[in-house]
Amino acid sequence: MTRKIPIQLTVNGRARTIEVAAHHTLLDVLRDDLQLTGTKECCLVGECGACTVGLDGRVVDSCLVLAVEADGTAVTTVEGLAVDGRLDPLQEAFLDRGAVQCGFCIPGQMMAAQDLLARNPHPTIEEVQEGLAGNLCRCGCYEQITEAVLATAGEAE
Amino acid sequence: MQTFDYARPTTLAEAVALFEAHGPDARPLAGGTDLIIRLRDGTLRPAVVVDLKRVAELEPSIRDVGDSLVIGATTVMTDIAADARVRRHFTALAEAAAVVGSVQVRNRATLAGNICNASPAADTAPPLLVYGAIVVAFGPGGARRIPITEFFVRSGVTTLLPGEIVTAIELPLPARPMGAVHLRRTRRRGHDLASVTLCCGVDEGRVTRLAYGSVGPRPVLVVDERGVLADPATSEDAKDEIFERMFADASPSPRSMRASPEYRLAMLRLLGRRALRTAIDRSATGV
Repeated sequence: MTRKIPIQLTVNGRARTIEVAAHHTLLDVLRDDLQLTGTKECCLVGECGACTVGLDGRVVDSCLVLAVEADGTAVTTVEGLAVDGRLDPLQEAFLDRGAVQCGFCIPGQMMAAQDLLARNPHPTIEEVQEGLAGNLCRCGCYEQITEAVLATAGEAE
Repeated sequence: MQTFDYARPTTLAEAVALFEAHGPDARPLAGGTDLIIRLRDGTLRPAVVVDLKRVAELEPSIRDVGDSLVIGATTVMTDIAADARVRRHFTALAEAAAVVGSVQVRNRATLAGNICNASPAADTAPPLLVYGAIVVAFGPGGARRIPITEFFVRSGVTTLLPGEIVTAIELPLPARPMGAVHLRRTRRRGHDLASVTLCCGVDEGRVTRLAYGSVGPRPVLVVDERGVLADPATSEDAKDEIFERMFADASPSPRSMRASPEYRLAMLRLLGRRALRTAIDRSATGV
């Protein structure tokens, strides 16, 4: 039987203590153990960014992080963006600009965008493109996604 | 994913004991951006994964040590690319660290992991070769300093001994100020592996150091000690001749999905010339 390892972490501000298998990723645990299915599983090789989450204030591909590595960390997922049922300005901007078609990549896109704006509140279009280069959109909504991020930056002034 | 055991040593001695006890069945884990992919696809099947991130001696760090800058084994690309000292003294390494993978990958991937993975396309390898980096390793036989020119063997294989891990990468401050640049060619802008990755450095004595990767089993360093390439009086024909000799060790795989050998060699020549011009400009302005 697979040995389970106890870990403690904070997910969207809430302290959690769980037991995880060594070979389960942070993505597996978020989706299957904590039922936070906003974070998506897609390429599993760190190319598409659908599984992007914040880990101690930095975005990572959660498919490339073992859950045990997240012991003692603070994790943020797309579920943590809205507060008390009110959408984050970034989420509003994605809706306003029609940046969402099928929606599968959007949680990852928004986590990467939120991270970019935290580091660089007034990015140029090139900086947005570079900041989101690790997030692929098969619907090809890049124009609208970029516009939504720039609009959010503009509104924050 | 296959199952494995997980160990989280807190001291270097404890880590080395684990590698001694398990031999090739133990794999070191730093950023995991290469390792976890290979654990998942089954090309690596270790009994135990040894996480090095809580080892006290391997804490993320970039330290000034006399005439070197020392980058700790768990230091990630994001921090290397942003460090003022790296950007000032080892500009091309900062440039290379800034284009590895995506933001998400750079937040996890380490410099030590990049060289230990020994991909021929590793972007940090050419700058490390140009800057004459020293790989500091620790294993059952104690500490060992390996010149980066003696580190890479072929894809996935280095000269690290069984049980040895990289603890740091030392960057000696150049004796003579050097201008250097990292350039690469990818299939698309943004997040991609390099079809050609290259670094050129020119110092005050006009010595040109050129290193290139992704065009053979391991990255290659070539040096124009006589200063002919960087001499403004040298004719273009004479430069072409030197470049051709420098690129003689390039042997791109015909089976690569990223680019044909013909394209890679053409881009190597183009980027080599471009990088030389930029390196000369930077050596003149002291960047």
